Amino acid sequence: MAISQTLFGGGVHPKEIGNGKQSTQSLNIVDLTPPARVTIPMSMHAGAPASVCVQLGQVVNLGQKIGEANGVISAPVHASVSGKVTVIGKCILPSGRETDAVTIENDFEDRWDESVAASAHPGEVSAEEIIEAARTKGIVGMGGAAFPTAVKLDTSRLDPKPDVLVVNGSECEPYLTSDHRIMVECAERIADGIVLAMKASGCQKAYVGIEDNKPDAVERMKQVAKDRFEVVALPARYPQGFEKMLIYSLTGRKVPNGALPSAAGCVVLNVGTCEALSRAVREGRPLIDRVVTVAGRVNKPGNFRIRIGATALDLEDAAGGFMDGITKIIVGGAMMGNTIPNVNLPVTKNFGGLVTMAEEGHVPEESACIRCGRCVRACPMKLMPTRIDAYARHRDWAGAVAAGAKNCMECGCCTYVCPAKRQLTQSIRMAKALARIKKL
Amino acid sequence: MNNYVISSSPHLRDDSSTKRIMQDVCIALLPAAIMGVLYFGYRSAIIIALSILAAVVSEWFYCKVSHTKVTIGDFSAVVTGLLLAMNLPSTVPFWMPVIGSAIAILLCKEIFGGLGQNFVNPALAGRAILSLSWATLMNTFATPGLFNFAGVDTIASPTPIGAGLGGNYTLIDLAVGNVPGTIGETCKIALLIGAAYLFVRQIITWHIPVAFIGTFAVCYLIATKFNVNETLYQLLSGGLILGAFFMATDYSTSPTTGKGKLLFGFGCGLLLFIFRFCKSAKAEWCSFAILLMNVASPLIERITYNKSFGEVKKA
Repeated sequence: MAISQTLFGGGVHPKEIGNGKQSTQSLNIVDLTPPARVTIPMSMHAGAPASVCVQLGQVVNLGQKIGEANGVISAPVHASVSGKVTVIGKCILPSGRETDAVTIENDFEDRWDESVAASAHPGEVSAEEIIEAARTKGIVGMGGAAFPTAVKLDTSRLDPKPDVLVVNGSECEPYLTSDHRIMVECAERIADGIVLAMKASGCQKAYVGIEDNKPDAVERMKQVAKDRFEVVALPARYPQGFEKMLIYSLTGRKVPNGALPSAAGCVVLNVGTCEALSRAVREGRPLIDRVVTVAGRVNKPGNFRIRIGATALDLEDAAGGFMDGITKIIVGGAMMGNTIPNVNLPVTKNFGGLVTMAEEGHVPEESACIRCGRCVRACPMKLMPTRIDAYARHRDWAGAVAAGAKNCMECGCCTYVCPAKRQLTQSIRMAKALARIKKL
Repeated sequence: MNNYVISSSPHLRDDSSTKRIMQDVCIALLPAAIMGVLYFGYRSAIIIALSILAAVVSEWFYCKVSHTKVTIGDFSAVVTGLLLAMNLPSTVPFWMPVIGSAIAILLCKEIFGGLGQNFVNPALAGRAILSLSWATLMNTFATPGLFNFAGVDTIASPTPIGAGLGGNYTLIDLAVGNVPGTIGETCKIALLIGAAYLFVRQIITWHIPVAFIGTFAVCYLIATKFNVNETLYQLLSGGLILGAFFMATDYSTSPTTGKGKLLFGFGCGLLLFIFRFCKSAKAEWCSFAILLMNVASPLIERITYNKSFGEVKKA
C-alpha cells in the first residue's frame, strides 16, 4: 500500500492539566436524558444558515426538519426532541456569532417523525442515495469545521476525481476523547459509514488515521476493517488531526496553499461523521445528537451523548459540576477551542468538547520577542509566525499576507511554545481577518 | 451567572520562559567560568562579578531613564555580563569590565530597542570596542596555574594561536585549558559540557555550531594539505569553541530558519579561517568573524525564508 508514513515537520505535545485524556479515554459514553428544553441554532455548519420552517406553537416530532437548507453549501436542521415550538428567535453560538434559533419544549415522548425510516433496500444503496441521505439528514463534519458532508461526497463536479478517502480518528487535541470512544464503541457503524462514503465519493481507497496513543481504538478499527480500508497508527503529535497534516501523513500528498483537500485527490471525514452518515443512510436518522467530552477542571469527567440544542449547563450537570476556581470554559479543544462567557450556550453539531480551566488557562503577559525561532520550528505549515506577527503589529496587512498569513491554520503551536508568551496565533488570526475585509 | 475569561486560542502554554532560557545559558557557561577562575586566580572572579553587576545596573539605569518596564529580571543582562567577562583576559584592570558591560548594554543593546532588537552580539561588541581602545591591556594574558589563587605571574605570554603548532602547548593543554587566554575561552572541555547542556535543554540547535566549526575545519584541512594535528590545534585554540556554541548562537543576531543558521555558521567559519590563516593570529578574530556575520544576519534571514508547507506546484 502506498502509505508513506511521512511526517509533517513542527508540531507540539501539549501538556494537560486537570482531567486530561487519561481520565476519560476508558470510560463508556453515557447517554444523557434529553433536556426539558432545547434551543437549536440554524447555523451549525459552514455556509449559509438554514431558514426556520416551523411555526410558533407547532408540535414537532423527533427528527422532523425545522430548518431548510439555503443553497448548495448549507445543511438542514432537525428537531432533537419531540414537543412544542415555544420560541423562534436568536441565540448566541459558542463562536460568539448570533443566529436564528428554534426553542422546543420537550414532551419527553421521543416520538419519531415519519421521515425517519430505515432504508428500504439495505446493502444496495447507490452513490446518489447516500449523498441524498447526507444532504437531507443534515450531516456535517463533526470534527470542528462543520462542512456539509454531502458537498464533500458529491465529487461529480470534480476533475480529476479524488481517489482516497481519509478518515480522521487522530483526535490530537488535548483533553478530548470523544472520537476515541466512538471508535471503540461504535466501530461497526463507523466502518459502514466509511464504506458508504467510499461508494458515494468514488474513492477506491480509504485510510483511517489514528494517533498511536489510542491502541484500543486502532485495534478495534482494524478488527472491523476486513480489508475494506486500512487503519494506520500515526505518531501522536499535535496537530496530527489537521486535514492537511493528516493527508500528508497518510498519503504523502500536500494540499496546495489555498486549496481544498480535493486538490490532493482526497476526501476527508471525521470518524464521528462516518458514524452519523451510516445512521442517516441505514436508519434515516438525522443528526440530532453527538458525543461531547467534558474534561479539565470538572468533578466527573466523561463522554456524553447529548441532544443538539441542549446547553453547556446540561453538560456541566452531567459531569458533576465544575470545580471551584475555574476561570475559563472552552468549547472544543484547549488548543483550538473558543472560550464562552457562560454555560447558557447551545450544543451544536460541531461542539467537540467542553474543557474548563483554572490558572493553567491564564493568559500570561507578553514580553519582547527574543528571536529564539521556536515558533518557526513548531509551525506545521512551515511559516515564520514571529515575522507575520511583526507585520500584524505594525498593521501592515499586505506584508502579513505576503509572509504567508493566509496559510496559517491557527493550530496555536507557535503561541504554545513561545517563551516570551507572545500571542502569535491571535496576531496572525487578526491579520487574516483584516486581509479578508480589505480583500488583500 | 459567572462571566468567564474570553481569550483567543490556544489556551495552553508550555513551561518555557525567556528567564529560564537565559538562566540555562548562565548554567551552561558556569563550568568554563569556574575553570577560568581556577586557572587564572581570584582576579577572574572579581572581573566576572563586576561585569555582571555593571551589565545589570546599566540595564536598570536605562529602563529607569527611558521610563520603560525594568527588564533586569529576565537574566539577559546577566548573560551579557558573564559572556563579556569570559572574553576578557584576567589581567585587565577592574574598570574595564565595568566600561565594557556598560557599552555592551547601553550602546549595543538598549539603544536599539533592548532584548531581541540588537543587531550585534552585545558582549562581543563590548569586547571589540575594548580591544580597539586598549589593545595592549586586552592582549596581556596571564600564564595559567591551577589553584594558584593568590597571584598570577602576569606576563605578556603569547596565546596558543600566537605561538602556533610546535610552541609550548600540546593538544591536551588546549583541551583542558592550561594555556594563556581570556577567562572563559581556554577550557574547551568545560565549554563542551556547557554546550551539551544547551543541546539537552534545546536552547540552541546544531546548525550554527556545526556549520561554523565544520567550515573552519574543512578550510583549514584543505589549506594545510590535510594536516590533522594543525587543524585540531587551531580548532582548540582561541575563542572558536566559545564563539561557535555561545556567541554565534545568540538569538537576536542570528537567523531563525534552519537554512539561515547553516549559512550564518558557514560565513562565520569562512571568515575566521580567512582571518586566522591569511592575517595575523590574534585572539579577537573569532569575535570579529561573528560580529561581521551578525550584521549580515537580517540579509541572510531574508534570503532563507521558509517555503510554506503547501507551496507545491499546482497540478
